[in-house]
Amino acid sequence: MAIKGNLRDVGLNQLLNLIYLAHKTGALAIENEASRADARLYFKEGKLIQAALDGKAPRLTEIMVRVGKLTPEQAKAIHARSRVDTDKELGLLLIQNGILNQQDIIQGVKNYLLEAVYQIFTWRSGNFRFDPNLLPPDERITVAVTLDHLIIEGTRRVQEWEHLKDELPDLDVPLKFAERPDLNLRNVSLSVEQWKVVSFINSRNTIRQIASFLKIDEFQIRRIVYGLQTAGLVDVLPSPVAASAPRATAPVPSAPVGRSLITRVIDRLRSL
Amino acid sequence: MQTVKMVITGPFNSGKTSFIGSVSEIPVVRTERKITDETRNVKNQTTVAMDFGRITIDKDLALYLFGTPGQKRFDFMWEILSEGMLGFVVLIDSSRPETFREARRILDTFRSYSNTPFVIAANKQDDEDAWPADDLKIALGLDSNVRVLPCVATSKESVKNILLELLYVILETAPEEPAPARKR
Ligand SMILES: Nc1nc2c(ncn2[C@@H]2O[C@H](COP(=O)(O)OP(=O)(O)OP(=O)(O)O)[C@@H](O)[C@H]2O)c(=O)[nH]1
Ligand SMILES: [Mg+2]
Repeated sequence: MAIKGNLRDVGLNQLLNLIYLAHKTGALAIENEASRADARLYFKEGKLIQAALDGKAPRLTEIMVRVGKLTPEQAKAIHARSRVDTDKELGLLLIQNGILNQQDIIQGVKNYLLEAVYQIFTWRSGNFRFDPNLLPPDERITVAVTLDHLIIEGTRRVQEWEHLKDELPDLDVPLKFAERPDLNLRNVSLSVEQWKVVSFINSRNTIRQIASFLKIDEFQIRRIVYGLQTAGLVDVLPSPVAASAPRATAPVPSAPVGRSLITRVIDRLRSL
Repeated sequence: MQTVKMVITGPFNSGKTSFIGSVSEIPVVRTERKITDETRNVKNQTTVAMDFGRITIDKDLALYLFGTPGQKRFDFMWEILSEGMLGFVVLIDSSRPETFREARRILDTFRSYSNTPFVIAANKQDDEDAWPADDLKIALGLDSNVRVLPCVATSKESVKNILLELLYVILETAPEEPAPARKR
């Protein structure tokens, strides 16, 4: 009997709790409805041991690159030297070449697993199924992450989600630059994701349009926009777009700009 | 408040951040990071995402300047960034001919998105090794009608001049009458 359902009805937190309390062994496969991403988490006796995102369990070297312990060039060099493609061999090479020690490797894999699960916490809906006794491929490394603090963090994230929904209830509103970004902008440092959103701001594109174009899910877009708002960079226009407006999936192209507007810009620049 | 934007692009280290910083009324919002790879010997900070600055035109209008990231791995941002821009400036470090080909590639990529007006800024003209703007134009193989202008990105006057030249090009192509307001 498999445990099946949708995240809409049973949250990831509840699932982890079940696996933790019942000391389950097996694989939990989840498919994100919004982004079409999928993930598979492997557990042994109630502990998280490995994760595969988008269909495949990454090699140890790929994990180390992801968590910033290895450069892509170093990973390539190690691959070139390995005779068999197992994490055991890759790990040995990393240690023998003095690039990482055992502690680095274990911590790196744990960090990767935590990040993977945190990412899945942001998924609001998607089918899941738990296949008992299914374990990751032999050639991939496993560690053991206890689930209790993951569950606590998950709860915090669910609360954050609720809070973000309160702060930004409506995604069908245009995003615009703050009229007067204040002077402490100097310390603002934006992530690439935030920049992508910022570059779509034109007082017409709604938050939802921007998100769907950039393939960012609701949780992430709320988080990004909330961050930009708190930094004083953007405002959310209160007036919702008319219900009759077409629900474009792509952002609306900018209207052509007339000569009088250009002349205004020219006059202003001359006086600078 | 209406906002319009211009994009400032160009190869790594060509002066984009300096350019925007010279005229922006807000501190340039940037994401600079220490360089860890082979580009390190050129400089030790680079823009990993975008720069962005602002000039208030009047109470209803603001101009935003966006600088593209210097490194190739952020090229995916370009098309997104170019959406809805009034025009763009390609900055070139006139003292480093090894970057001219890359500058040409950037220009061609931006032109492939739309036929938005642009000018080329032959930057770092205060450097004794700088190629003169006219020679740079020939080296880049540009049409005679393309404007290649001398520039010193660290000087506000010089940057103002480049933006004005770009605006004149934009004005030539702008529709006679202001575009009618879009129906909501
Ligand atoms: N002499 C001279 N130096 C300049 C000029 N413009 C920029 N620089 C210098 O050139 C270097 C690069 O300038 P940045 O403004 O960081 O260039 P960038 O294009 O933003 O660089 P990336 O973001 O890394 O691609 C800095 O050391 C600037 O001080 C100029 O007109 N003249
Ligand atoms: Mg820069």
